[in-house]
Amino acid sequence: MPVDRLLPTPEARDLIELTRDIADRELAPVAAEHEADGRFPRDAFRTLGRAGLLSLPFDPEYGGGGQPYEVYLQVLEEVAARWAGVAVGMSVHALSCYPVAAFGTEEQRGELLPRLLEGDLLGAYCLSEPQAGSDVSAIRTRAEKDAEGFTVTGTKAWISHGGQADSYTLFARTSDDPRHGLSCFVVDPTAVSGLSFGAPERKMGLNGSHTTTVNWDGVRVPTERLVGAEGQGMQIALSALDSGRLGIGAVAVGVAQAALDEAVAYAGQRRQFGKAIIDHQGLGFMLADMAAAVESARATVLSAARRRDAGLPFSQQASIAKLVATDAAMRVTTDAVQVLGGYGYTRDFPVERYMREAKVMQIFEGTNQIQRLVISRHLARG
Amino acid sequence: MVVPACRDGRAHSVREVGLFPMKIVVCVKQVPDTESEKALRPEDLTLDREAVDAVMNEMDEFAVEEALQLAERTGGEVTVLLMGPEQGADTIRKALSMGADRALHVVDDALRGSDAVATSAVLAAALREVGFDLVLLGCEASDARTSLVPAMLAERLGLPQLTFAQKVETDGTEITVERLTDYGHDVVTARLPALVSVVEKINEPRYPTFKGIMAAKKKPVRTLDLSDLELDATEVGAAGAWSAVDDFTVRPPRAAGELVKDEGEGGRQLVAFLAGRKLV
Ligand SMILES: Cc1cc2nc3c(=O)[nH]c(=O)nc-3n(C[C@H](O)[C@H](O)[C@H](O)COP(=O)(O)OP(=O)(O)OC[C@H]3O[C@@H](n4cnc5c(N)ncnc54)[C@H](O)[C@@H]3O)c2cc1C
Ligand SMILES: Cc1cc2nc3c(=O)[nH]c(=O)nc-3n(C[C@H](O)[C@H](O)[C@H](O)COP(=O)(O)OP(=O)(O)OC[C@H]3O[C@@H](n4cnc5c(N)ncnc54)[C@H](O)[C@@H]3O)c2cc1C
Repeated sequence: MPVDRLLPTPEARDLIELTRDIADRELAPVAAEHEADGRFPRDAFRTLGRAGLLSLPFDPEYGGGGQPYEVYLQVLEEVAARWAGVAVGMSVHALSCYPVAAFGTEEQRGELLPRLLEGDLLGAYCLSEPQAGSDVSAIRTRAEKDAEGFTVTGTKAWISHGGQADSYTLFARTSDDPRHGLSCFVVDPTAVSGLSFGAPERKMGLNGSHTTTVNWDGVRVPTERLVGAEGQGMQIALSALDSGRLGIGAVAVGVAQAALDEAVAYAGQRRQFGKAIIDHQGLGFMLADMAAAVESARATVLSAARRRDAGLPFSQQASIAKLVATDAAMRVTTDAVQVLGGYGYTRDFPVERYMREAKVMQIFEGTNQIQRLVISRHLARG
Repeated sequence: MVVPACRDGRAHSVREVGLFPMKIVVCVKQVPDTESEKALRPEDLTLDREAVDAVMNEMDEFAVEEALQLAERTGGEVTVLLMGPEQGADTIRKALSMGADRALHVVDDALRGSDAVATSAVLAAALREVGFDLVLLGCEASDARTSLVPAMLAERLGLPQLTFAQKVETDGTEITVERLTDYGHDVVTARLPALVSVVEKINEPRYPTFKGIMAAKKKPVRTLDLSDLELDATEVGAAGAWSAVDDFTVRPPRAAGELVKDEGEGGRQLVAFLAGRKLV
């Protein structure tokens, strides 16, 4: 059963229908295969881009769809329910576009955004380093300034779309100032030398999405590719993450919904002790808890999105949404495996994949411990 | 430049090649989603359309795509024509968001229960009203599946009918199609105006785009009822139907197949099974 959504406009309804159509016909049939083989679906992003689905939350002046986050996140959720890896990719892509869209100059926006938003170029977001995960202030990658621009040296870790992307949004150190030491750049990998990529990490899940180290060995970046002011990097990174967390929250809801749907369908068919297992109260209640978790996670994510759409502060709510939705996804996908019993534990059914996919959502874009840190700091500040 | 003779005597637009864009009308039906369970309404044995999701007849997506491609190649313009209740507007919007330019929606309560004869009468009247050089249809609607509408419509309008097309070429004066047959295909040529029904092999329908969805909101959709078309309510709908469904039986559930396990005798058993049904 498709999710019965409350959408603000007729075009939002058409958009959701278009998303389901493309996701059902182009993504769902090949998802399991790509995940099993670790094959990156570059074409999927072109298809989504051509349909305009990568452009939704951005300014129409630069090729964006001008859609509210409330709508964009539900599109993302629909994609995630078919293929989490591609939905994560959409979210990372949006994250990589955000600094230019929100802090870039007129020229940078005009030059980069249209091609990124139509999926011609795929973006990556280079923040984490081997020694700097949760603690962004430990970033060591340096951008040394001279007359013509910057020379970047260092190693970025865990970069989604590493080696596949056409545009790398980079955060590097331009001074040792604890608050204003980072700067943001956008780098075209075909225009530079000294950029190289590690082999894709051998991950528990999301194997269709390649995650690699990105090595910067004296890479020359011209001054025009500095985004925002020198030293503004930390502010840009954190502000991008607030929106990115909403994206991951929506992806988690989609995965949880897919697991719930699979579990309910199975429980209606599988018979034990003379009746469908859904009619055993112990199991029926488990499904009820799963449904409650999915619905409340969705409500939390969309409520934070509506704050963003209304121009209200939403950083705390975005952290709450990410925490609630990804924890819900972990629980729901784990329970879905339980509902399918031994079959759930095999790769012949998709629920074990959902469980592996849900796990990483508690880790990236700020671990769920870091979300609690953000929330508690907001509480302390009052 | 070939300038075709005026095509008078018929109510369609008179056009000279290169002077006016080719006017293509594509007939699109809204049908219950093929994936959902369908049921007949007990009171009149017509399809219960409220109970199920309504979508564009899949074959008509191919007709819309072909219309758009022909319009792109020849510089034409595409009008969508749909007869159906209010909610048909969703299907019209889909065709417009794929790229069609405008639409005509025939809505009238009296149309409920129309058979193929009545449907073709209404579509013919609407086509006379808008004018056309080329009419495109799907070759079959997935709900009633009579495949009668294209032929009936061509007869009513006195048009050459080129049905089951798997390929269409036109220079704006003549139209040539590859007509799918059991043994391959025929090549059929006619002068425009003409009517073509298409099969799924013809193309790969495009997805709408977000930009298309936004543009569709601003495209003109004209709504007509029976009086606008000067049709009499007694000629259409259940009242005017030449045929009616008297009774029906639910399709029997599929019986379990016979499993042949090969324990050395598998081949023989298979042949015996087929021979028993006179298949070998
Ligand atoms: C599949 C995948 C894709 C990724 N994609 C990207 C990407 O595209 N771009 C990018 O920049 N990064 C990306 N990352 C990196 C990701 O954001 C980091 O892995 C994450 O921020 C955690 O950092 P870490 O792995 O170094 O863990 P650590 O920071 O070392 O954390 C280890 C553990 O300690 C806990 N911990 C740390 N600090 C505290 C504290 N103060 N209080 C309580 N607990 C704490 C953490 O919650 C965690 O449980 C990706 C990671 C993965 C797995
Ligand atoms: C179970 C059932 C049984 C029926 N039995 C009969 C019957 O025995 N005899 C009978 O005459 N009718 C019958 N009908 C009614 C049937 O719905 C109409 O005949 C129908 O309007 C036209 O026929 P079709 O759907 O078979 O179209 P087809 O001829 O299969 O459709 C071909 C093409 O015509 C176009 N088209 C068809 N309808 C429309 C429309 N409303 N608006 C725009 N374009 C359209 C589309 O391009 C379509 O692809 C039955 C309906 C049902 C549900």
